[in-house]
Formats: sequence, structure tokens, C-alpha cells
Amino acid sequence: MDFLRPAGWEEALAAKAEHPAAVPIAGGTDVMVEINFDHRRPEYLMDLNRVGDLYEWEVGEDAVRLGACVPYARIMEHLRAELPGLALASHTVASPQIRNRGGVGGNLGTASPAGDAHPALLAAGAEVEAESVRGARRIPIDAFYTGVKRNALAPDELIRAVHVKKADGPQQYSKVGTRNAMVIAVCAFGLALHPETRTVRTGIGSAAPTPVRARAAEEFLNAALEEGGLWDNGKAVVPSLAQRFADLCAAACDPIDDVRGTAGYRRHAVGVMARRTLTWTWESYRGARRTTEGAA
Amino acid sequence: MPAKGMPTTLTQGSGTKGGIGESTLRPDGALKVTGEFAYSSDLWHEDMLWGQILRSTVAHAEIASIDASEALAVPGVYAVMTYDDLPTGVRNYGLEIRDTPVLAHGKVRHHGEPVAIVAADHPETARRAAARIRVDYRELPVVTDEASALAPDAALVHENRDDHHIARVPHPNIVHRQPVVRGDVASARERADVIVEGEYTFGMQDQAFLGPESGLAVPEEDGGVHLYVATQWLHSDLRQIAPVLGLPEDRVRMTLAGVGGAFGGREDLSMQIHACLLALRTGKPVKIVYNRFESFFGHVHRHPAKLHYEHGATADGRLTHVKARIVLDGGAYASSSPAVVGNAASLGVGPYAVDAVDVEAVALYTNNPPCGAMRGFGAVQACFAYEAQMDRLAARLGLDPVEFRQLNAMEQGTLMPTGQPVDSPAPVAELLRRVKARPMPPERQWESGEGADVRRLPGGLSNTTHGEGVVRGVGYAVGIKNVGFSEGFDDYSTARVRLEVAGGEPVAAVHTAMAEVGQGGVTVHAQIARTELGVARVTVHPADTRVGSAGSTSASRQTYVTGGAVRNACELVREKVLELGRRKLGPSHPAWAGAGLLLEGGKVVTDGGEVLADLVDVLGDEAVEAEEEWRHRPTEPFDPRTGQGDGHVQYSFAAHRAVVEVDTELGLVKVVELACAQDVGKALNPLSVTGQIQGGTAQGLGMAVMEEIVVDPRTAKVRNPSFTDYLVPTILDTPAIPVDVLELADDHAPYGLRGVGEAPTLSSTPAVLAAIRDATGLELSRTPVRPEHLTTGTG
Repeated sequence: MDFLRPAGWEEALAAKAEHPAAVPIAGGTDVMVEINFDHRRPEYLMDLNRVGDLYEWEVGEDAVRLGACVPYARIMEHLRAELPGLALASHTVASPQIRNRGGVGGNLGTASPAGDAHPALLAAGAEVEAESVRGARRIPIDAFYTGVKRNALAPDELIRAVHVKKADGPQQYSKVGTRNAMVIAVCAFGLALHPETRTVRTGIGSAAPTPVRARAAEEFLNAALEEGGLWDNGKAVVPSLAQRFADLCAAACDPIDDVRGTAGYRRHAVGVMARRTLTWTWESYRGARRTTEGAA
Repeated sequence: MPAKGMPTTLTQGSGTKGGIGESTLRPDGALKVTGEFAYSSDLWHEDMLWGQILRSTVAHAEIASIDASEALAVPGVYAVMTYDDLPTGVRNYGLEIRDTPVLAHGKVRHHGEPVAIVAADHPETARRAAARIRVDYRELPVVTDEASALAPDAALVHENRDDHHIARVPHPNIVHRQPVVRGDVASARERADVIVEGEYTFGMQDQAFLGPESGLAVPEEDGGVHLYVATQWLHSDLRQIAPVLGLPEDRVRMTLAGVGGAFGGREDLSMQIHACLLALRTGKPVKIVYNRFESFFGHVHRHPAKLHYEHGATADGRLTHVKARIVLDGGAYASSSPAVVGNAASLGVGPYAVDAVDVEAVALYTNNPPCGAMRGFGAVQACFAYEAQMDRLAARLGLDPVEFRQLNAMEQGTLMPTGQPVDSPAPVAELLRRVKARPMPPERQWESGEGADVRRLPGGLSNTTHGEGVVRGVGYAVGIKNVGFSEGFDDYSTARVRLEVAGGEPVAAVHTAMAEVGQGGVTVHAQIARTELGVARVTVHPADTRVGSAGSTSASRQTYVTGGAVRNACELVREKVLELGRRKLGPSHPAWAGAGLLLEGGKVVTDGGEVLADLVDVLGDEAVEAEEEWRHRPTEPFDPRTGQGDGHVQYSFAAHRAVVEVDTELGLVKVVELACAQDVGKALNPLSVTGQIQGGTAQGLGMAVMEEIVVDPRTAKVRNPSFTDYLVPTILDTPAIPVDVLELADDHAPYGLRGVGEAPTLSSTPAVLAAIRDATGLELSRTPVRPEHLTTGTG
């Protein structure tokens, strides 16, 4: 196994073009486990730790450009207001040590359905900035996950950053694990309200071959919120509506039975998380509306 | 070859204090918490090789052929060994029954069984070479439970058994069977107003010690070998290793290396023989370190069990009878299954007075992973079941579960189901009273000024609830565990104590072969020596086989047995010192001729406190040494048909109250508090006692809500051999554990002490399960409980 250590981004792209089989490593959360377990023995390992700009983020007018290697601990600390869903997801990643090392780029590169960041990125409507010597492109998150541990990257491409719109409404994230910390997801759920576009987006983790959105649930809820004028009148989401949304989210799952949980439980738990996160975000939205109106 | 950071001697104490009863600090404590302590995996020797074990990828198969030629051709490989390369006719080992092949002989019986070993100049080279050994497996059907193991056409796990249990077992796939029968169950059943029957399942728990199996074997000039290893019992290892190597025991020297936890999992051999074989074959030092994955295959686990119980009681709440059948899965090799069966049978009724008892315990041979010793040893599985039964009976009788237990609690003088009288304090009712009397932790502690503090809720930072669906439950349990080795085992320990002047002050040296696995024996031995010899400075030698056996660091026995040996060796030293004093200084003071002289504060004093001499002056240039082989009072075997007999040395008792909060919609559990009360006879080191109780409690909590090795019933292969999927409690899962320590002396034991380490592991699990039942109203007959068990219709 050869170890490549590019000193900068251009050099990294050139190396990836020359050795498309090279596996990028930054925090090593997934890669080192695979190597240690001998599940993977890549011909080349490409260390991205010297590529400094991967560890930076920019808060723009509308969006955050989040470097692929920005550690989860930084997201929790600095981007709580702009990326609340992702910050909540970051809290659930492994242990403090790993949150200091691992970043969103690794989750995306591995594209495991159990990656903690995916539901939050799906709900927020992120875009992945991928680049090769051939040029850069932005891949909508909805098109990024292509199969079990497969993604839309070309062999010569590297993930440089993720672009996520700054939250324009409440976002929530829940994850079920069989331990109260440091646990891989049995299933996870992200939900974001987008009052500017009057839409709700979702993300489901560990309950299908890839991270997925619950599109039918979103469509149902968007229509119901519109029909009831809820975005404007700030009325509560009635329990029957929340339950219907939850049922549709559960139906969006395509889970398996494995050592971490049963398919039936995963569906059930996604439904519960969907109902609860909808309630939390909507109550928060209503509360913020009242505060705004009260101030006006 | 001690590595950097390993204390070669553990010198403790600077004042005259630090005797028994004080919370002196562990000599290895600071090293461990700062990461400086050298564990066996840190061992290093110049020019050493690395050993690697090739393990079976299937659970049950004949080995048609093994081709190691490709492995031998890998540059850097020094040796590959299989069964055919073993040097003597002794090719099996085992704690009681030598049924475990050092390397597979034509057949493998469980997933992960050692088939071949490799030595190479780099661990990665060894690993790759091992992967190139071609093993042709012809798979055989697997037996994985009682039904498949005892079926008429069941494959026999061991075809030609010649152990001493075979004559008495009903089927060759049963390792050992022990009935315990007392009184007349049939007529007692007639008197019962209420009968409760239950079927319970106990999952396979792992010791999950943090330091994986490791050691270093160094060949010696006399043709022998010196093994530095993390183990629980040096001399038991030695007895099993030497015959396989074809060496007399005095040419296999063993030194304890830094042990990262044990909990029973190091009682059986792991890499010991393999490292010695490779070292002797290559003439070079050989180190073997398992990684976490291999560790899950490298040691025995706690027996999973199926338990069937019938309890009867009168309307006024008196137990009439208990009938039980306990089926333990011993896996492919016997390990300590027979003794585990003895415990399950004799302790299977719990700490209750019952006149009519009919218990049968068996351990199976299956193709599942071998199971053996783990903290609580056979008493844990039964406690989970009988405590569930006690709750169900109380509910049926309309009685408070604690009061019902107290009504039936055993006390000093009660006869065990084995007929053995409990002849020291048995404060079962009092322990229950104490945990019940504690104030309840406040409700809804997650409510903070600004929303919910998710760390205090089920799910923790995974943010699954802000209080929705959360219901509190409270549960109680109490258990009984034996201390020391039972059933007539010659359970002795050896201690050598030396007193001499060094640096102008008297220094005591304590040398035993006791394995310090984290229990704090090194702290306690120094305390005993200070108390008995009145010296401030005590050096505890590293444990090795230059001194006689100290027995196993298990069965809550080391403070009792090796502590007893140290105490008695100190007494012998004291007598010799006084004799020396009389010889040298006798004429100087008439009190020298009298009795009752003491050693205190580095001086010889009368029992009135008058100083006769300084120890420095008494000793001069002489060293006074004594060695003691010490035994607790003998036990006897259980009758093979009735289970009657004074089989146990001592009993220990602990009770728990669990307070849990369950997210009833998601089936997630937060244990809020797990209070424990335990009688320890005498707390030699109160801080260590509290640590043991809290650790045992946490391990029991893990068994209640998360810890389980999952074995595929079709293939008998382990599905979760990693810390990703074998979960142990984190600090967020571990609640406040208030501890209430009773000290009711057992007059038969040194200082009146009672073994501490295991009892809290028993009652913790059923208390948590009882609390979850209280919160959910579900029956929950299996542990560990998983979220899908708590959310009806989702399993």
C-alpha cells in the first residue's frame, strides 16, 4: 500500500487522476476501521490532512460552504445557528475523539446508509462540491447516493466541500441507537422546515439501502400545510396530520433485519421520530412567528 | 521483559498509616488513568517475532487438508505450525476437562477455533501469511441449542469422551448435570395457593475487558521458556502449558504482565501455548496480541441460558416450593462448565428460605462459542429468572415485591437447598430495606430552564425524545453468590513475606503469584502487611511462578484467600521477629518474656503501648522471611443425585433498586439510578469496595439493556465480534450508583471479610428488568432487552 500525501488541493486532484483507486483518508473514521478489519486493502491511500482549505468553512449570504474535512466538533460549536440539523446530527457521531477528527466528507465518501450526517444533509437540501482535474461540479444531495455504500463520484473526483443553505426555519434530527451515546444508528431521521419556499424536507438514515427522503410524506405534508394555511395562520399541526405524515415516512423505509435491529422496528421508529421532529419543528416555527409578530 | 512504564515493584506508603480499613490509593491507578501503565500488549523484546493465529471460518467441519506451503514462502515468515507439529502427545488443554485442542485436530467445533499458528518478523507479515494457509473444510451440521444437541440423530460435539462426568450425564452432548433436591415438592405444591411458571432466556454476555489477550514468550538457554502474560491464574496456566511443550514445570517460567481487566475471561488459556510453541520452534522471542475482533473469539463468554421456573406460595406470602430447570449453553469445549452448573444448581433458588426444592442444571456441548467463567459464574443467569418469578408471585398475591422478598429472605442459620447451613450473617431483608428506604431521585430531571436536557433522557444526545412517551419504573432484586472455589476443590493460596531494614527503615516485601487484574489485590496486600507488621513501607513483588500458586483471581476469592495467606505469613514473620528480639534484647526488659507483643509504627510494643525496641534495631542486618500456604475451610462435593453437601465456603449478598425511564414508544431506556446495598463483612479498602460494587453494577446493567454476543442459529457463527455492535455501557448509560456497605463479620474469614466482586453483578440485571417491566407493563422474559422487545408488534 502506497501512501500519498498531497500538499495542496491541485496536487491531490492530480494524484487522484493518476491513481483513481486511491482511497482518500482524512479523519480515518471509516477507512481505518476497514483497513484494521482487513475489509479493504487499497493500493493507494491518499492523506488529505495537509490540504488546509478542506478544514475551513465560509458562511455566505445564503449558504454555508463547509470544507469536506471540517470536524463535527467544529460544526457543533460554530455552525449551530446556520446548520442546526447538521449540528444536531454531529452531536450523535461516535465519541468526542472521533468528532474532533471526522467530517462530513468522510460520511459522503463512504456513503453508508448509517452515516449520521446524511439525513440532515437530505433535509437541508445540500449540494456536494466534487472536483477532478477535469473540473468542478455540484451534485445535489438527492442524486448523490446511488446504492449501498456507493455514490455519484467519478473515480477521479474528490469531495471538496458541501454547500448547505443557511436554515430559514427550524430543523431537527433524531437517531435511534441501542445505547445512549457512541452508537451506530439503528435508524435516523432529519427534518427541516423551509418557510421561504413553504416546504418541508426529510431525510432517513439506516432504513433503506441508501439514505433517502420520504418524498410522499413531504408532498402530503406540504399540501396539507398549504391547504390549511398553516404557514400563515401558525396553527398547530393536528395529531392526525402528524400521524399521517409519520406513517408515510415509515412507508418510505425499505429496511432489513440485522444484528442492530429488525426491519419492523426500524419502520416503527422512523414513524415515531418523524412525528416528534415534526411537532418540535412546527412548534418552534409557531413560537418564532408569534415572537416576530409580537415584536412587529 | 518489562516495558517502559511497567512498575517492577510497587512500593507504597510513606507514613505508618495505610493499614486495613483505609482507602489507600492503588499503586497502578495514576499510571492507568494517564495512559502510562504498560499492559501485556506493550511488551517488547529485541529481535522478537510476532505470532498470528489462523482461526476457523466455520463452526463445525472436518478438516480435509491444510496446505501451509504458500504461507511458509512469504518472506519474513519463520514458522508455521499445525496440529501435526505439536511436540508431544499432550495436545489438548482445559481447566477441568482437557478437551480443547491446542490446534485443531482434523475437525473444528466452533467458529474461530485455532487451526494454525505463524511466526513472522512483522505482525502484518504474520497476518498475511496466515491468510495464505489453505484449509479445506468439509462442513458438518451444527448443534446450537438443547433441541438440536439432544435430538436422536444429533451430531456429537465430542465423540470419545472419557471425562469423569460422562458416566452420569443423560447424553454425550451434556457436559455435566447437577440436580439439587430437597423436601417434598409434590406435597408442597398441594399447599400452594398461587403457582407461577415462567420460561426465561439469558443472552451470551462477553467480559469485554479492555486489554486484549497478549503476551511474550522468550526462549531460555536451558531449553525452557519464560512467558510474560496477562492472565488470571499463573499456576493453572503453567499446569496446562508445560505438558504440551514437553517441559517440566520448572522450565516454564511465568511472570504476570500488565492485565487490562479479566472478569473470568482470562481463566482459560488463550495465546499462551501458541506463543511458547513458536518461541521454542524458532528460538526467538515471540509476541502475540489479539485485536478486538480476535479477542471476541479468543476467550470464553458467559453461558447463555434457558431457564424454566415454577414457584409456589401460600396466600400469606410464604414460598412453598421452587422447581427449576436451568439449561446452560457451554459451547464447543467444557472450560469451567461443570463448576458453572454446580453454582447454577446450588444457588438457583436465590437467597430465600424454601423447604421444598427440585432444581436441575445442565450445561450443553454445542457448536456455539465456548462459554466459561464470567463474574457471577452460574449464579447470574438464575438470579435473573428467580427474581422475575418473585415479582410475578408478589403481584399475584397482591403483596409489595420487597415485603414479599423480606418475608421469605434467608438469614443466618437458614439451610440452603443443598442442606448446607448458612453459618454467617445473611442480611438479605436488611439489604432490601436499605435500598428501598433511599429517597427517590427527583422526577423529570431532564427539564431544565431552556427545554429538555437530552442527556438525561432515554436516547441521550441522539435526541429522540424531549419527554414524549417517557415513563418511570422502579424495580428491586437481591442475589446470592458463593465466594471461593467450591465442591471440595483444594482452594489454597501461597504468600511469602520478608521483613528487613532498607534505607534505615523496616521494609516488608510481599511476594505472591496473585494476578492483579484490576481488583486491587496489590493495594490490599500492602495494607495487610502494614497492619500485621506495623511498618510503613511495603513492597509488593510482581507476580510470578517463583512462588507457589495463589489460586485464581476469580470467585471473589483473592482478598479472602491470598489475603489470608499474606496475613498468616505476616504472623509467622512477626513471631520470628519477636523471637529475634527476645534473643537479642530479651534481658533489657521483662516484657520481652511476656505474651501479647505487637509490631506498630516500626516498633515492638506491649499491648499496653510501651515501646520495647525499634524494629531497625531488632532486625539489624537480618532479613526475616516466612512462607504460608493457606486454605479456607474445606468444602465437599455435591451429591450427584440429590445435590446435598456443604459445597460452598461463604455466601455474599447484594440488593439493588433500579429506577429507569423508558421511552415507551421507541423502546429506549435510561437507567436513572441503580442503588446497591451489600454486606462485605469487613471493607479492607472502602474505596476499592465501592469501585467493585459500582463496576459489577454497571456490568449487570449492560446485560440488562445492551450486551449480547449474537450467534446465528443456523451457522453458529458470531455476528457481532466488535465494539461497534457489541455494546457496553458508556458514562451516559451509567447512572448514579449510590452504595450502602454493611460490615457484618464472618467469623470464619480473615478479618471477617466477605468476597465483594461478584454479588453486585447478579442483582443489577434483574432490578433493571423489573423496573422496565414496571414502566411498560410488559412481561420481558429475556435479557438483554432490546428496543423491539419494548415496542409491541415491531419485532
